[in-house]
Amino acid sequence: MSNPFDINGGACVAMVGKDCVAIACDLRLGMQSLTISNNFPKIFNYAPSTYLGLTGLATDVNTVSDLFRYKVNMYRLREERDIAPQTFANLVSSSLYEKRFGPYFVSPVLAGINPTTGKPFICGFDSIGCIDFAKDFIVSGTASDQLFGTCEGLWEPNLAPEDLFETISQALLSAVDRDALSGWGAQVYIIEKDKVTQRLLKGRQD
Amino acid sequence: MYGVLERLGLRRSKLQLFFGRKKSAKRRLTQQVADLTGAPGVKLTARPEVLLGIAGKDFVILAASKAAMRGPTVLKAEDDKTRQLNKHTLMAFSGESGDTVQFAEYIQANAALYSMRNDTELSPSAVANFVRGELARSLRSRSPYTVNLLLGGIDPVNEKPHLYWVDYLASLAPLPYAAHGYAQYYCLSILDKHHHPDCSFEEGLALLTLCTDELKRRLPIDYKGMLVKVVTKDGVREVPVDNDKVVRSA
Repeated sequence: MSNPFDINGGACVAMVGKDCVAIACDLRLGMQSLTISNNFPKIFNYAPSTYLGLTGLATDVNTVSDLFRYKVNMYRLREERDIAPQTFANLVSSSLYEKRFGPYFVSPVLAGINPTTGKPFICGFDSIGCIDFAKDFIVSGTASDQLFGTCEGLWEPNLAPEDLFETISQALLSAVDRDALSGWGAQVYIIEKDKVTQRLLKGRQD
Repeated sequence: MYGVLERLGLRRSKLQLFFGRKKSAKRRLTQQVADLTGAPGVKLTARPEVLLGIAGKDFVILAASKAAMRGPTVLKAEDDKTRQLNKHTLMAFSGESGDTVQFAEYIQANAALYSMRNDTELSPSAVANFVRGELARSLRSRSPYTVNLLLGGIDPVNEKPHLYWVDYLASLAPLPYAAHGYAQYYCLSILDKHHHPDCSFEEGLALLTLCTDELKRRLPIDYKGMLVKVVTKDGVREVPVDNDKVVRSA
Protein backbone atom coordinates (compact mmCIF):
# COMPACT_ATOMS: atom_id res chain seq x y z
CA MET A 1 0.00 0.00 0.00
CA SER A 2 3.04 2.24 -0.09
CA ASN A 3 2.97 2.38 -3.89
CA PRO A 4 3.05 6.13 -4.54
CA PHE A 5 0.52 5.75 -7.38
CA ASP A 6 -2.09 4.34 -4.96
CA ILE A 7 -1.77 6.65 -1.95
CA ASN A 8 -4.17 9.40 -2.98
CA GLY A 9 -6.39 7.51 -5.43
CA GLY A 10 -8.15 8.83 -8.53
CA ALA A 11 -9.20 7.85 -12.02
CA CYS A 12 -9.12 9.40 -15.47
CA VAL A 13 -10.35 8.36 -18.92
CA ALA A 14 -10.31 9.82 -22.44
CA MET A 15 -12.31 8.70 -25.49
CA VAL A 16 -12.50 9.49 -29.20
CA GLY A 17 -15.82 10.18 -30.95
CA LYS A 18 -16.82 11.48 -34.36
CA ASP A 19 -15.06 14.87 -34.73
CA CYS A 20 -14.95 15.11 -30.95
CA VAL A 21 -13.07 13.80 -27.93
CA ALA A 22 -14.03 13.45 -24.29
CA ILE A 23 -11.97 13.36 -21.11
CA ALA A 24 -13.28 12.68 -17.62
CA CYS A 25 -11.90 12.30 -14.10
CA ASP A 26 -13.19 11.59 -10.61
CA LEU A 27 -13.01 14.15 -7.79
CA ARG A 28 -11.59 12.24 -4.82
CA LEU A 29 -8.40 13.08 -2.93
CA GLY A 30 -7.51 10.65 -0.17
CA MET A 31 -4.74 9.41 2.06
CA GLN A 32 -5.00 5.65 1.84
CA SER A 33 -8.57 4.89 2.95
CA LEU A 34 -9.26 8.33 4.46
CA THR A 35 -10.93 10.83 2.14
CA ILE A 36 -9.49 14.34 2.43
CA SER A 37 -11.41 16.14 -0.31
CA ASN A 38 -14.29 15.39 -2.63
CA ASN A 39 -13.55 18.32 -4.92
CA PHE A 40 -10.11 17.65 -6.36
CA PRO A 41 -10.33 17.83 -10.18
CA LYS A 42 -7.52 16.12 -12.09
CA ILE A 43 -8.07 17.61 -15.58
CA PHE A 44 -6.19 20.74 -16.60
CA ASN A 45 -6.61 22.98 -19.63
CA TYR A 46 -3.54 23.99 -21.66
CA ALA A 47 -5.00 25.35 -24.93
CA PRO A 48 -8.56 26.05 -26.17
CA SER A 49 -9.03 22.38 -27.14
CA THR A 50 -6.19 20.61 -25.31
CA TYR A 51 -6.79 18.98 -21.91
CA LEU A 52 -4.51 16.90 -19.72
CA GLY A 53 -5.71 14.52 -17.00
CA LEU A 54 -3.24 13.62 -14.24
CA THR A 55 -3.71 10.73 -11.82
CA GLY A 56 -1.25 9.38 -9.28
CA LEU A 57 0.50 10.99 -6.31
CA ALA A 58 -1.42 14.21 -5.53
CA THR A 59 1.72 16.26 -4.86
CA ASP A 60 2.99 15.36 -8.33
CA VAL A 61 -0.42 16.07 -9.87
CA ASN A 62 0.00 19.58 -8.45
CA THR A 63 3.67 19.89 -9.43
CA VAL A 64 3.28 18.53 -12.96
CA SER A 65 0.15 20.56 -13.74
CA ASP A 66 1.95 23.73 -12.56
CA LEU A 67 5.06 22.82 -14.56
CA PHE A 68 3.10 22.37 -17.79
CA ARG A 69 1.17 25.59 -17.22
CA TYR A 70 4.55 27.35 -17.09
CA LYS A 71 5.95 25.51 -20.13
CA VAL A 72 2.82 26.03 -22.26
CA ASN A 73 2.67 29.74 -21.34
CA MET A 74 6.31 30.10 -22.42
CA TYR A 75 5.54 28.23 -25.65
CA ARG A 76 2.61 30.57 -26.37
CA LEU A 77 4.77 33.66 -25.81
CA ARG A 78 7.58 32.33 -28.02
CA GLU A 79 5.43 30.98 -30.86
CA GLU A 80 2.51 33.43 -30.59
CA ARG A 81 0.03 30.58 -31.05
CA ASP A 82 -1.61 27.87 -28.97
CA ILE A 83 0.09 24.51 -28.59
CA ALA A 84 -1.31 21.61 -30.67
CA PRO A 85 -2.20 18.39 -28.85
CA GLN A 86 0.45 16.40 -30.75
CA THR A 87 3.14 18.94 -29.85
CA PHE A 88 1.95 18.97 -26.24
CA ALA A 89 2.14 15.16 -26.16
CA ASN A 90 5.81 15.33 -27.12
CA LEU A 91 6.41 18.08 -24.53
CA VAL A 92 4.80 15.91 -21.82
CA SER A 93 6.82 12.89 -22.93
CA SER A 94 10.19 14.63 -22.93
CA SER A 95 9.48 16.51 -19.68
CA LEU A 96 8.63 13.26 -17.89
CA TYR A 97 11.66 11.46 -19.32
CA GLU A 98 13.90 14.23 -17.97
CA LYS A 99 13.10 12.71 -14.57
CA ARG A 100 13.86 9.14 -15.75
CA PHE A 101 15.68 8.13 -12.56
CA GLY A 102 13.44 9.94 -10.08
CA PRO A 103 10.11 10.20 -11.83
CA TYR A 104 6.95 12.13 -11.08
CA PHE A 105 4.46 9.51 -9.91
CA VAL A 106 1.72 10.45 -12.37
CA SER A 107 -0.03 8.75 -15.30
CA PRO A 108 -1.12 11.52 -17.67
CA VAL A 109 -3.96 11.28 -20.19
CA LEU A 110 -4.18 13.79 -23.01
CA ALA A 111 -7.24 14.68 -25.11
CA GLY A 112 -7.62 17.39 -27.71
CA ILE A 113 -8.52 18.42 -31.22
CA ASN A 114 -5.79 19.59 -33.55
CA PRO A 115 -6.57 23.26 -34.30
CA THR A 116 -5.28 23.07 -37.92
CA THR A 117 -6.51 19.65 -39.10
CA GLY A 118 -9.58 19.45 -36.84
CA LYS A 119 -8.76 15.79 -36.11
CA PRO A 120 -9.40 14.34 -32.65
CA PHE A 121 -6.32 13.18 -30.72
CA ILE A 122 -5.92 11.22 -27.50
CA CYS A 123 -2.94 9.55 -25.89
CA GLY A 124 -1.68 8.33 -22.54
CA PHE A 125 1.72 8.18 -20.87
CA ASP A 126 3.50 6.18 -18.22
CA SER A 127 5.32 8.03 -15.45
CA ILE A 128 8.57 8.26 -17.47
CA GLY A 129 6.95 9.58 -20.64
CA CYS A 130 6.38 6.57 -22.91
CA ILE A 131 3.47 7.62 -25.16
CA ASP A 132 0.56 5.27 -25.71
CA PHE A 133 -1.29 6.37 -28.86
CA ALA A 134 -4.81 5.00 -29.08
CA LYS A 135 -7.63 5.20 -31.61
CA ASP A 136 -10.36 4.39 -29.08
CA PHE A 137 -9.78 5.21 -25.39
CA ILE A 138 -7.11 5.75 -22.73
CA VAL A 139 -7.50 5.00 -19.04
CA SER A 140 -5.40 5.75 -15.95
CA GLY A 141 -5.50 5.79 -12.17
CA THR A 142 -6.36 3.35 -9.38
CA ALA A 143 -9.54 2.29 -11.22
CA SER A 144 -7.73 1.64 -14.52
CA ASP A 145 -8.44 -2.11 -14.47
CA GLN A 146 -12.15 -1.44 -14.04
CA LEU A 147 -12.05 1.34 -16.66
CA PHE A 148 -10.53 -1.03 -19.24
CA GLY A 149 -13.52 -3.32 -18.71
CA THR A 150 -16.24 -0.66 -18.86
CA CYS A 151 -14.67 1.15 -21.82
CA GLU A 152 -14.17 -2.12 -23.73
CA GLY A 153 -17.84 -2.87 -23.15
CA LEU A 154 -19.41 0.53 -23.81
CA TRP A 155 -17.25 2.30 -26.39
CA GLU A 156 -18.02 2.12 -30.11
CA PRO A 157 -16.56 4.04 -33.06
CA ASN A 158 -17.94 7.35 -34.40
CA LEU A 159 -20.03 8.42 -31.41
CA ALA A 160 -21.68 11.86 -31.64
CA PRO A 161 -20.79 14.34 -28.85
CA GLU A 162 -23.93 13.67 -26.76
CA ASP A 163 -23.57 9.89 -27.12
CA LEU A 164 -19.88 10.12 -26.30
CA PHE A 165 -20.75 12.05 -23.12
CA GLU A 166 -23.18 9.31 -22.08
CA THR A 167 -20.62 6.58 -22.86
CA ILE A 168 -17.67 8.14 -21.03
CA SER A 169 -19.83 9.09 -18.02
CA GLN A 170 -21.31 5.61 -17.63
CA ALA A 171 -17.87 4.02 -18.13
CA LEU A 172 -16.26 6.21 -15.45
CA LEU A 173 -19.09 6.05 -12.91
CA SER A 174 -19.40 2.26 -13.22
CA ALA A 175 -15.63 1.83 -12.89
CA VAL A 176 -15.14 4.05 -9.83
CA ASP A 177 -18.01 2.36 -7.99
CA ARG A 178 -15.84 -0.78 -7.99
CA ASP A 179 -12.78 1.10 -6.67
CA ALA A 180 -12.52 2.22 -3.07
CA LEU A 181 -9.84 4.83 -3.82
CA SER A 182 -11.67 6.84 -6.47
CA GLY A 183 -15.12 8.27 -7.12
CA TRP A 184 -17.03 10.92 -5.17
CA GLY A 185 -18.36 12.65 -8.28
CA ALA A 186 -16.81 13.29 -11.66
CA GLN A 187 -15.93 16.01 -14.11
CA VAL A 188 -16.47 15.48 -17.86
CA TYR A 189 -15.23 17.57 -20.78
CA ILE A 190 -16.66 17.09 -24.27
CA ILE A 191 -14.34 18.76 -26.78
CA GLU A 192 -15.58 19.64 -30.27
CA LYS A 193 -13.84 21.77 -32.93
CA ASP A 194 -14.95 25.16 -31.60
CA LYS A 195 -16.86 24.20 -28.49
CA VAL A 196 -16.04 22.65 -25.13
CA THR A 197 -18.75 21.49 -22.72
CA GLN A 198 -17.85 20.89 -19.09
CA ARG A 199 -20.23 18.85 -16.96
CA LEU A 200 -20.13 17.93 -13.27
CA LEU A 201 -21.50 14.49 -12.37
CA LYS A 202 -22.71 13.94 -8.83
CA GLY A 203 -22.07 10.18 -8.61
CA ARG A 204 -22.26 8.10 -5.44
CA GLN A 205 -21.20 10.06 -2.37
CA ASP A 206 -19.88 7.09 -0.40
CA MET B 1 21.89 -0.85 15.72
CA TYR B 2 19.15 1.37 14.33
CA GLY B 3 16.34 -0.81 15.67
CA VAL B 4 17.02 0.03 19.32
CA LEU B 5 17.52 3.73 18.69
CA GLU B 6 14.44 3.93 16.48
CA ARG B 7 12.43 2.45 19.30
CA LEU B 8 13.56 5.41 21.35
CA GLY B 9 11.72 7.59 18.87
CA LEU B 10 14.67 8.72 16.75
CA ARG B 11 14.23 8.64 13.00
CA ARG B 12 16.57 6.56 10.88
CA SER B 13 17.32 9.44 8.51
CA LYS B 14 18.47 11.53 11.45
CA LEU B 15 20.51 8.62 12.84
CA GLN B 16 22.14 8.06 9.49
CA LEU B 17 23.16 11.69 9.47
CA PHE B 18 24.75 11.11 12.85
CA PHE B 19 26.38 7.76 12.19
CA GLY B 20 26.97 8.33 8.49
CA ARG B 21 25.07 6.55 5.75
CA LYS B 22 26.12 3.32 4.14
CA LYS B 23 27.71 4.14 0.80
CA SER B 24 25.25 1.92 -1.03
CA ALA B 25 22.22 3.42 0.70
CA LYS B 26 21.28 5.79 -2.10
CA ARG B 27 17.82 7.01 -1.27
CA ARG B 28 15.39 7.66 -4.07
CA LEU B 29 12.02 9.34 -3.69
CA THR B 30 10.27 5.99 -4.16
CA GLN B 31 12.06 4.86 -1.04
CA GLN B 32 11.38 8.11 0.77
CA VAL B 33 7.67 7.98 0.00
CA ALA B 34 7.64 4.35 1.09
CA ASP B 35 9.50 5.28 4.27
CA LEU B 36 7.14 8.11 5.00
CA THR B 37 3.91 6.30 4.19
CA GLY B 38 4.69 2.73 5.19
CA ALA B 39 4.73 1.42 8.71
CA PRO B 40 6.87 4.26 10.12
CA GLY B 41 4.62 6.75 8.33
CA VAL B 42 1.67 5.74 10.46
CA LYS B 43 3.55 7.40 13.28
CA LEU B 44 3.59 10.59 11.27
CA THR B 45 0.04 10.72 9.91
CA ALA B 46 -1.34 9.77 13.28
CA ARG B 47 0.79 11.79 15.68
CA PRO B 48 -0.78 12.81 18.95
CA GLU B 49 -1.02 16.37 17.67
CA VAL B 50 -4.31 18.00 16.78
CA LEU B 51 -4.78 20.51 13.99
CA LEU B 52 -8.25 21.71 13.00
CA GLY B 53 -9.45 24.29 10.50
CA ILE B 54 -12.96 25.57 9.84
CA ALA B 55 -13.87 28.13 7.19
CA GLY B 56 -17.18 29.97 7.50
CA LYS B 57 -19.00 32.93 5.96
CA ASP B 58 -16.35 35.60 6.64
CA PHE B 59 -13.75 33.90 8.85
CA VAL B 60 -11.38 30.96 9.19
CA ILE B 61 -10.79 29.29 12.54
CA LEU B 62 -7.51 27.45 13.07
CA ALA B 63 -7.03 25.40 16.22
CA ALA B 64 -3.93 23.53 17.38
CA SER B 65 -3.24 21.41 20.45
CA LYS B 66 -1.03 23.11 23.05
CA ALA B 67 1.14 20.12 24.01
CA ALA B 68 4.69 19.88 22.64
CA MET B 69 5.54 16.23 22.93
CA ARG B 70 8.63 14.07 22.50
CA GLY B 71 7.66 10.42 22.65
CA PRO B 72 5.36 9.99 25.64
CA THR B 73 6.72 13.08 27.43
CA VAL B 74 5.04 16.46 27.36
CA LEU B 75 7.84 19.00 27.09
CA LYS B 76 5.61 22.05 27.04
CA ALA B 77 1.93 22.61 27.72
CA GLU B 78 1.58 26.10 26.21
CA ASP B 79 3.07 25.50 22.76
CA ASP B 80 1.94 27.70 19.87
CA LYS B 81 1.87 25.65 16.66
CA THR B 82 0.83 28.62 14.52
CA ARG B 83 2.64 31.45 12.72
CA GLN B 84 1.08 34.55 11.19
CA LEU B 85 2.34 34.96 7.60
CA ASN B 86 0.82 38.34 6.81
CA LYS B 87 -2.07 40.51 7.96
CA HIS B 88 -4.77 38.01 7.04
CA THR B 89 -3.02 34.68 6.59
CA LEU B 90 -2.29 32.23 9.38
CA MET B 91 -0.51 28.89 9.22
CA ALA B 92 -0.80 25.99 11.67
CA PHE B 93 1.70 23.14 11.57
CA SER B 94 2.46 19.71 12.98
CA GLY B 95 5.01 17.00 12.28
CA GLU B 96 8.66 16.28 13.03
CA SER B 97 9.71 18.64 15.79
CA GLY B 98 12.48 20.93 14.61
CA ASP B 99 11.31 20.72 11.00
CA THR B 100 8.01 22.36 11.86
CA VAL B 101 9.22 25.63 13.36
CA GLN B 102 12.18 25.84 10.99
CA PHE B 103 9.93 25.51 7.94
CA ALA B 104 7.17 27.76 9.31
CA GLU B 105 9.57 30.58 10.12
CA TYR B 106 11.26 30.25 6.72
CA ILE B 107 7.85 30.73 5.09
CA GLN B 108 6.98 33.54 7.49
CA ALA B 109 10.20 35.38 6.65
CA ASN B 110 9.70 35.01 2.90
CA ALA B 111 6.08 36.20 3.12
CA ALA B 112 7.29 39.24 5.09
CA LEU B 113 10.05 39.88 2.53
CA TYR B 114 7.49 39.84 -0.28
CA SER B 115 5.24 42.28 1.57
CA MET B 116 8.16 44.68 2.16
CA ARG B 117 9.50 44.51 -1.40
CA ASN B 118 6.16 44.94 -3.15
CA ASP B 119 4.14 46.98 -0.64
CA THR B 120 1.34 44.46 -1.11
CA GLU B 121 0.39 41.29 0.60
CA LEU B 122 0.19 37.88 -1.02
CA SER B 123 -3.35 36.52 -1.20
CA PRO B 124 -4.03 33.30 0.72
CA SER B 125 -4.01 31.27 -2.51
CA ALA B 126 -0.66 32.79 -3.51
CA VAL B 127 0.80 31.98 -0.08
CA ALA B 128 -0.59 28.44 -0.26
CA ASN B 129 0.96 27.81 -3.65
CA PHE B 130 4.29 29.28 -2.51
CA VAL B 131 4.31 27.07 0.58
CA ARG B 132 3.42 24.03 -1.51
CA GLY B 133 6.19 24.80 -3.98
CA GLU B 134 8.79 25.07 -1.22
CA LEU B 135 7.61 21.86 0.44
CA ALA B 136 7.55 20.03 -2.91
CA ARG B 137 11.09 21.18 -3.64
CA SER B 138 12.21 19.98 -0.23
CA LEU B 139 10.44 16.61 -0.75
CA ARG B 140 12.87 15.69 -3.53
CA SER B 141 15.93 16.87 -1.62
CA ARG B 142 18.22 14.73 0.55
CA SER B 143 16.45 15.69 3.77
CA PRO B 144 12.84 16.70 3.25
CA TYR B 145 10.78 18.64 5.80
CA THR B 146 8.16 16.36 7.37
CA VAL B 147 5.56 19.00 8.12
CA ASN B 148 1.78 18.98 7.82
CA LEU B 149 0.11 22.36 7.42
CA LEU B 150 -3.21 24.14 7.51
CA LEU B 151 -3.35 27.59 5.94
CA GLY B 152 -6.22 29.90 6.72
CA GLY B 153 -6.76 33.34 5.29
CA ILE B 154 -9.10 36.00 4.04
CA ASP B 155 -8.57 37.31 0.53
CA PRO B 156 -8.00 41.06 1.09
CA VAL B 157 -9.66 41.92 -2.25
CA ASN B 158 -13.01 40.14 -2.08
CA GLU B 159 -12.89 39.30 1.66
CA LYS B 160 -13.65 35.63 0.96
CA PRO B 161 -12.30 33.01 3.41
CA HIS B 162 -9.81 30.38 2.22
CA LEU B 163 -8.60 27.25 3.96
CA TYR B 164 -5.84 25.06 2.51
CA TRP B 165 -4.76 21.59 3.59
CA VAL B 166 -1.14 20.68 2.86
CA ASP B 167 0.49 17.41 3.91
CA TYR B 168 4.17 16.50 4.22
CA LEU B 169 4.19 15.22 0.62
CA ALA B 170 3.15 18.75 -0.44
CA SER B 171 -0.31 17.77 -1.67
CA LEU B 172 -2.44 20.91 -1.65
CA ALA B 173 -6.22 20.90 -1.31
CA PRO B 174 -8.57 23.84 -0.77
CA LEU B 175 -11.25 22.74 1.70
CA PRO B 176 -14.20 24.10 3.69
CA TYR B 177 -12.90 22.32 6.83
CA ALA B 178 -9.76 20.29 7.45
CA ALA B 179 -7.78 18.36 10.05
CA HIS B 180 -4.38 16.78 10.56
CA GLY B 181 -3.22 14.03 12.90
CA TYR B 182 -5.60 12.02 15.04
CA ALA B 183 -8.21 14.76 14.72
CA GLN B 184 -8.88 13.54 11.17
CA TYR B 185 -10.30 10.26 12.40
CA TYR B 186 -12.46 11.77 15.14
CA CYS B 187 -13.52 15.14 13.75
CA LEU B 188 -13.98 14.91 9.97
CA SER B 189 -17.23 12.95 10.29
CA ILE B 190 -18.58 15.49 12.78
CA LEU B 191 -17.64 18.32 10.42
CA ASP B 192 -19.17 16.43 7.46
CA LYS B 193 -22.47 16.36 9.31
CA HIS B 194 -22.62 19.81 10.85
CA HIS B 195 -20.58 22.22 8.73
CA HIS B 196 -22.13 24.52 6.19
CA PRO B 197 -20.10 26.98 4.10
CA ASP B 198 -21.85 30.19 5.20
CA CYS B 199 -21.91 29.49 8.93
CA SER B 200 -21.44 32.39 11.36
CA PHE B 201 -18.44 32.75 13.69
CA GLU B 202 -20.51 31.62 16.69
CA GLU B 203 -21.65 28.53 14.78
CA GLY B 204 -18.04 27.89 13.82
CA LEU B 205 -16.91 27.99 17.44
CA ALA B 206 -19.79 25.72 18.46
CA LEU B 207 -18.66 23.30 15.74
CA LEU B 208 -15.11 23.44 17.06
CA THR B 209 -16.36 22.67 20.57
CA LEU B 210 -18.22 19.67 19.18
CA CYS B 211 -14.91 18.45 17.73
CA THR B 212 -12.76 19.09 20.81
CA ASP B 213 -15.39 17.45 23.04
CA GLU B 214 -15.17 14.32 20.90
CA LEU B 215 -11.37 14.39 21.11
CA LYS B 216 -11.54 14.68 24.90
CA ARG B 217 -14.04 11.84 24.95
CA ARG B 218 -12.19 9.44 22.63
CA LEU B 219 -8.47 10.29 22.62
CA PRO B 220 -6.60 8.46 25.38
CA ILE B 221 -3.96 11.17 25.57
CA ASP B 222 -4.07 14.65 27.06
CA TYR B 223 -3.14 17.14 24.36
CA LYS B 224 -3.24 20.01 26.90
CA GLY B 225 -6.16 21.86 25.34
CA MET B 226 -6.46 23.86 22.15
CA LEU B 227 -5.05 27.19 21.07
CA VAL B 228 -7.71 28.77 18.89
CA LYS B 229 -7.09 31.61 16.46
CA VAL B 230 -9.42 33.22 13.98
CA VAL B 231 -8.70 35.12 10.76
CA THR B 232 -11.19 37.79 9.71
CA LYS B 233 -10.93 40.78 7.37
CA ASP B 234 -9.58 42.74 10.36
CA GLY B 235 -6.66 40.36 10.87
CA VAL B 236 -5.73 37.52 13.18
CA ARG B 237 -6.79 37.24 16.81
CA GLU B 238 -6.69 34.59 19.49
CA VAL B 239 -10.02 33.33 20.77
CA PRO B 240 -10.27 32.52 24.47
CA VAL B 241 -11.64 29.02 24.95
CA ASP B 242 -12.45 27.01 28.04
CA ASN B 243 -10.03 24.09 27.95
CA ASP B 244 -10.88 22.89 31.46
CA LYS B 245 -14.36 21.73 30.54
CA VAL B 246 -14.75 18.11 31.58
CA VAL B 247 -16.30 15.81 29.01
CA ARG B 248 -17.69 12.56 30.34
CA SER B 249 -16.73 9.54 28.28
CA ALA B 250 -19.60 7.77 26.59
